[in-house]
Amino acid sequence: MVPISRAEATRTPRGGGDAGAGGSRPVFARSSNDRVIAGVAGGLAERLGVDPVVVRLAFVVLALAGGVGIVLYLLLWTIGRAETETRPAWRAGGDAQRTVAAVSIVIGVLLVLRSMHVWFGDALVWPVALAAVGSAIIWVRVDRSRSRDRDRNGRANGLNGDRSGAAGATTSISFGRLAGGGLLVVAGVAVFLASNISSGTVGAVLVALAVAVAGLALIGGPWIARLIRQLGAERTERVRVEEREEVAAHLHDSVLQTLALIQRSEDPARMRALARVQERDLRGWLYRRDDGGGDGTRNLVSDAVDAVTERIELAHGIRIDTVVVGDRPVDPRLQAVVDACGEALTNAAKHSGASVVSLYLEVTDDEVTAFVRDQGAGFDPDAVPSDRRGIADSILGRMARNGGSAEVRSAPGEGTEIRLDLPRSDA
Amino acid sequence: MTPAAESLIRVFVVDDHQLFLAGVRAELGSAFDIVGQAGDVESAVEGILRTKPDVALVDVHMPGGGGAAVVERVVAAEPDVRFLALSMSDAAEDVIAVIRSGARGYVTKTISTDELVDAVRRVRGGDAVFSPRLAGFVLDAFADAQPAELDPELDRLSGREREVLRLIARGYTYREIAAELHISVKTVETHVSSVLRKLQLSNRYQLTRWATERRIV
Repeated sequence: MVPISRAEATRTPRGGGDAGAGGSRPVFARSSNDRVIAGVAGGLAERLGVDPVVVRLAFVVLALAGGVGIVLYLLLWTIGRAETETRPAWRAGGDAQRTVAAVSIVIGVLLVLRSMHVWFGDALVWPVALAAVGSAIIWVRVDRSRSRDRDRNGRANGLNGDRSGAAGATTSISFGRLAGGGLLVVAGVAVFLASNISSGTVGAVLVALAVAVAGLALIGGPWIARLIRQLGAERTERVRVEEREEVAAHLHDSVLQTLALIQRSEDPARMRALARVQERDLRGWLYRRDDGGGDGTRNLVSDAVDAVTERIELAHGIRIDTVVVGDRPVDPRLQAVVDACGEALTNAAKHSGASVVSLYLEVTDDEVTAFVRDQGAGFDPDAVPSDRRGIADSILGRMARNGGSAEVRSAPGEGTEIRLDLPRSDA
Repeated sequence: MTPAAESLIRVFVVDDHQLFLAGVRAELGSAFDIVGQAGDVESAVEGILRTKPDVALVDVHMPGGGGAAVVERVVAAEPDVRFLALSMSDAAEDVIAVIRSGARGYVTKTISTDELVDAVRRVRGGDAVFSPRLAGFVLDAFADAQPAELDPELDRLSGREREVLRLIARGYTYREIAAELHISVKTVETHVSSVLRKLQLSNRYQLTRWATERRIV
């Protein structure tokens, strides 16, 4: 009792948020949804951050140690008045340490009880403890993989993180767990039998036990193996179906829509622009998904650039040749440069008369440099029409505000190049 | 820069998309002698070895190993055939793999006919053809700090080479680069060829990694 309540006390800050909602803050709340008798184990497991199975097995083992487990259970039943819905903590992961801690505490308690002679005898308690650990090894794992399936079904079209990988790993690990846990259970039973039967018959009992285990394996083994295989196959199939649906959905939203638009469009320039935007989009989707994290949360400079250039290509029917060197996640300063590039590109699209504009953007650890270049009409920067001056000024101003600079190089008939520079950090 | 008197350049086209093959034939037919075409690796290798073209245009993505496989197998037997890689894909590792297997240039399929004709002539003349995109890939591959054990001769770009690549990436033609840097077009070509050589021979971590991921090395 003492060690357990201390463990609870140290964890109060974390568990307090869920349990203390009622204001009275009971030591722990019994579980209303995860219960075998009164939800004590479920609530305690939630509070301790371990699998309820571990807590239940601990109660069983402690019950054999002089009935302490039963007393403890009844005591906790009366302390934990409120019933709340619990979300098993082990679903959040990272339970290994806590489980080991909980098991260590139980063993410690057992040793204390033994020295106090509150004990039903070594021959009974230790084999049961051994078997309980084995059982925990098997069931904690099985419970978890089952619940993970439920999670997946619940959010069918959620994030598609490392699904297939996790599925495969779970299957292979549960084989190992099954074998290890089973071995411990068998060992527990064997020790129990060996220590409760006179030494002469030990051999015969062990043989009988081995035969019984073999028989059980023959009966249950193939079934369990098939069940596990089936589970894996189902998962793979589900992942495949989901991927297919995702591809179909994407193609429908993008490619098919664009093709329909192109068929109805009379304007070749617009058709070209549509085709180009679609091409870029599809290419990005096909080739970039697995680049970095692969979790679809990529937000790189090149993505920001694509978003800007796509909009301008579509609005003005020009082609933008983009090269990004030193691609990395966007930060506000980089975004500022990308936006300034967008203005320069729009400027070129409107005034240069060129059908192709080049954008080159290079990011290093220290600075970002961008060039927007067209080979169109060009102009004399010293004697420009006021409208262009205005746009050039707005780009210059934007860069200056961010601590960077912009430079316009142009001459009539020789195209225009705008250079943007910005240090990566405040000097 | 190509002498007008020169006989028609013989070109072989390799692509698994019939539509694209037909398009390229139509575009290049007046400028070059199209000696053959193929839609997969096996028939491409066989056809190129049989017709011995001056230049072969190869698609980067193809069933059966892609453009890199074609280049690799032909270059071993027939080193005089020059390769120009064409692709829809922007994936750097694919492009770098084809270049490392021996192609002398890379252009995207959205290139204009004039540019493509020019690129074929350039490759025929022994020069390298770097599109802005390829220049960007190379700058990326040769970026970052260098581990000490690398061969500085092969694993590092000179300042000038870097400048030239940057200008290519900015959309400059070789002639414009020459004017910008106050050097001759020939010198620009020399720099680009030197970069191509480094790209093909360097053991830089990046390049090796890209190549091994595609099981090229």
